[in-house]
Parts: sequence; structure tokens; C-alpha cells
Amino acid sequence: MPDFKPAEMMTIAAARALSNDDVCFVGIGAPSAACNLARLTHAPDITLIYESGTIGTRPDVLPLSIGDGELCETALTTVSGPEMFRYWLQGGRITIGFLAAAQIDKYGNINTTVVGDYHKPKVRLPGGGGAPEIAISCGEIFITARHQKRVFVDKLDFITSLGHGPNGEGRAAFGVHTKGPTKLITDLCVMEPDPETLAFTVASLHPGVTREAVRDETGWSVAFADSVEETPPPTDEELTVLRDLQARTKAAHAAG
Amino acid sequence: MARIMPLGEAVAQCVTDGASLAMEGFTHLIPHAAAHEVIRQGRKDLTVMRMTPDLIYDQMIGMGCVAKLIFSFAGNPGVGLLRRLRDAVENGWPRAIEIEEHSHAAMANAYEAGAAGLPCAIFRGYRGAELKRVNPNIKSVICPFTGEELAAVPALNPDVAIIHAQKADKQGNVLIEGIVGVQKEAVLAAKAAIVTVEEVVEDLRGLHPNLCILPHWTVDCISVVPGGAHPSYTQGYYPRDNAFYTEWDAISADRDGFLAWMDEHVLKSGPEDFARHAGKGA
Repeated sequence: MPDFKPAEMMTIAAARALSNDDVCFVGIGAPSAACNLARLTHAPDITLIYESGTIGTRPDVLPLSIGDGELCETALTTVSGPEMFRYWLQGGRITIGFLAAAQIDKYGNINTTVVGDYHKPKVRLPGGGGAPEIAISCGEIFITARHQKRVFVDKLDFITSLGHGPNGEGRAAFGVHTKGPTKLITDLCVMEPDPETLAFTVASLHPGVTREAVRDETGWSVAFADSVEETPPPTDEELTVLRDLQARTKAAHAAG
Repeated sequence: MARIMPLGEAVAQCVTDGASLAMEGFTHLIPHAAAHEVIRQGRKDLTVMRMTPDLIYDQMIGMGCVAKLIFSFAGNPGVGLLRRLRDAVENGWPRAIEIEEHSHAAMANAYEAGAAGLPCAIFRGYRGAELKRVNPNIKSVICPFTGEELAAVPALNPDVAIIHAQKADKQGNVLIEGIVGVQKEAVLAAKAAIVTVEEVVEDLRGLHPNLCILPHWTVDCISVVPGGAHPSYTQGYYPRDNAFYTEWDAISADRDGFLAWMDEHVLKSGPEDFARHAGKGA
């Protein structure tokens, strides 16, 4: 097994969740790395869409923002903001929405708005951006986040975007009929919603990660699937492609 | 009818204290030079709207120009939080500001409704999301044909839209290409519009039948400001200065450092200082 960092395992496991036929709405940060890694390895024809309006983009380096010129220059086409959100997202053309989270609960509801009270916030976060509608309009949602207790919380301070409902009541209660969060990929494990409770449950542990480590970094009482598997370790190809991509990106962004 | 004039004159003519402004540009073509001009002219009590407030509204808020912010994502994209905005929201420095927060879909729809002359935008949004609890401008309507409940937000009709574009022609027609965001909608929704451009060319006719062009009679003022989007970028002219976006996090980290930077690079500078960023290749 090659040496790898937990963050690399997270990106690689997230990339594996995507297929060649997907049309994927890409969130910035960790999702962007995973989606492009998928494109550069097993899913060369995946359609990546960024909310800046770029459709079918194939960046050589990861964008710092969702609207770097690289995304437009390598896209099949670029559309306006209203067209992106109305025709393509609301119109139901996107199979996967890939989101990151500042806070997430066991039902895959996400907070990127505030820590503390909305009107008297302890920390004012950037806000939802496209997430409230990405979360309800894409066929299903993948989420990737570092596994830390302050991120994986029992109760969110604010629900920016809907998962399976604050009490796991399901999305239909909110008039939403897409699947919602089906995978949560962290640097410790891959989680999937339990079919009965809808709570995220550990499906596979990354190599070397213990159940105790997951429990320690999860703010809710985490359940494990009946047969927890070990996530296959990164292959040499996955690691090489990811590290090359990150090295190119670092050099490009430092150039200024 | 568009007139070509210096940026200082354009801002003085269109932007008054208390006005509502939309300075749009989705990562691309952000009108930095124009925002600096608004700050230099000392405008106060502005209502500013923008999907992605980004550095220019961080600067305007930190300099005390803003009374109210309407937005959908208030981060330094890929870097972190907007520190001057946070200081205003969390501590009321340099003044308290009111915020009206939406999603991107809501803002894009609201500009489109504004351009279309409709009172509100209707879309499938905010389901299960908590913003509608804290923002009284998010309501719902029932589709009279299907009975489906849909989200509704008021149209955005700013007093002034300010955008940056690649080029205008001598008649004042404006070409925007690349990531076009909501700039066309913002201009058509506004009562007045200022466009800063990289250059003025003879004629934009006949280049391609479907170019995104704002006819001269939709724009009031055009100002030639090469490099005027920096550290944002102008497709075909110069790339996004990602290194500066990262540096901004440190510059804006504390009040004194921020004020010192603004004094040197905004208050004691002018639109012509952006020219050094132009022509670095895209």
C-alpha cells in the first residue's frame, strides 16, 4: 500500500463515488478536487458544472474560486447566472450535487450560514450561495468534509440546505422528491444514510482508521453498518494524478 | 444614451448618498476600480446588492459606505470569510449594517424579474431551508394551475448598476463575454447604469450574431479603465490575481491594517492606477 494522507484518501474516495455518465454540480474546495480527480482517472467524460455558468469544464488546475477563467476557457459552453439556476439546476438536468459543509448533522442537513444565533452570530459564515437549491434540485447529493467534532454536530445552529430533515422526517415533508444526501465522504470513512432512520451510518472505514476514531470526532451517537468494509486504499495512479493536480494548482495560484 | 466620460464624473453623476447599487460580476469582471471611486467620493448610507459580495463590498463596508447589504454568498471565494463584513455584522464596526440574505437562485431570479419588469420572481427554492425564517422578503405563492407551492422574492431594481466589460464601441454599445453572471439582468433592471471597459473599439457589429451585447441606449455612462477589474479578471485581457485574493485575508484581518491599505491603494490612488494590471495576458 502506498503512503497517503487522510485528506488524500478523502478526495480519492469521493472521486470514486462519481461515474462517467454523471452531470455534476461542483461545490468549491474539496468537492472540486474530487470531481476533477474523477475526470482525470476513471470518469473522463463526466460533465462538471460550476455555478458560475460553466458547463462541461475541464480545468488543468483546480480553480481557487468557482469562476476562475480556467473554467470558462475549458468549458463546452458558459451560460448566464439566471439560465444556470433556472434551466439547468431547477430544470432537473443535474444528477449529482457535490457539496462541502461547515457544519453537518446526522441527517445530512448543512449549515454554512452562522455559528450561534442568526441575528447575533458568534461567527458569520459566508452563507449558502447556490446550496439551498442545489440540495433540493439535483438527483442526489454527495457531501465531503473533514471529520471533526465541530463539523459533525448533533444539532445545527442553522439549516442552510436540506438533507433528510432536522428530525430525519424525510424530504417529502418539505415537498422535495429528489434523493438528497446519499454519501458522506470524510477523511476517516464513507457514510451512507440508514434506510430506516435516514441517519448517516458508517459504510466503510479508511485503511487504519478505528471505530473509536470515528466516534471521537462525531458529535452524534454514530451507528455502523452491519458489515463495515475497509475502503480500498488509494492506487498509485490515483495518488499520482491527485498530487500532480495539486502541485499544478499550487504553482498556478502562487503566480499572481 | 451612453456617454463616454471619466469614471469620477460617471460616479458623481449617478451615485448619490442613500442610493441602491448593484455592482455585479460573478468572480469575473468585478468592477473594482468603480468601487474604489465610490469609496473615494465618500458615498454613505448605500444599499448594496450583489450575489457574491467579495472584496469590493468588504472594502466598501469597512470604509463605512454601506447601510444595507443584499447578498447570497459573502466569502472570499476559495480563501475564507470576509473579515470587514464580519466585523460589521458581529461588532458593528465601523457601523452596524442591515443584511438581507438570499440564495444564488433567488438573487439571479430577482435580477431577471427586475429586468423583465415583474414585481417578483417565482422559483422552486428554499424548501427545508431556514433563510425563509429570518428573511421576511422570502415568501411563497401557490401555482394557480398545479397547486404547487413556490418561493417568491421581490424583484431587484437598483438605482444604479455598475459593471465592468471587455469593450464598448464608439456608439457606446457594450460587449461582455466569458462568465457573464447576472450583469445583463442587473443593467436592464436598474434605473441607471455605469460600465467600465478595457477599451473602446470602432464598431461591435458583425462579430458574431449571438454575442452578449448591451445596446448603447441601455447604458448611461461608459468609462475606459484598463485593468479596472483587478484583482478579478477580464477574459481575454488578464487573469484573476489569485495571489492577491489570498493576500486580502491578511490585509483585512485587522482594522488598522485595512485602513492603511485603503489609504494607500484607494484614497490616494485613482482609476489610472489599475492600468498596470491590464495586458498581463489572459
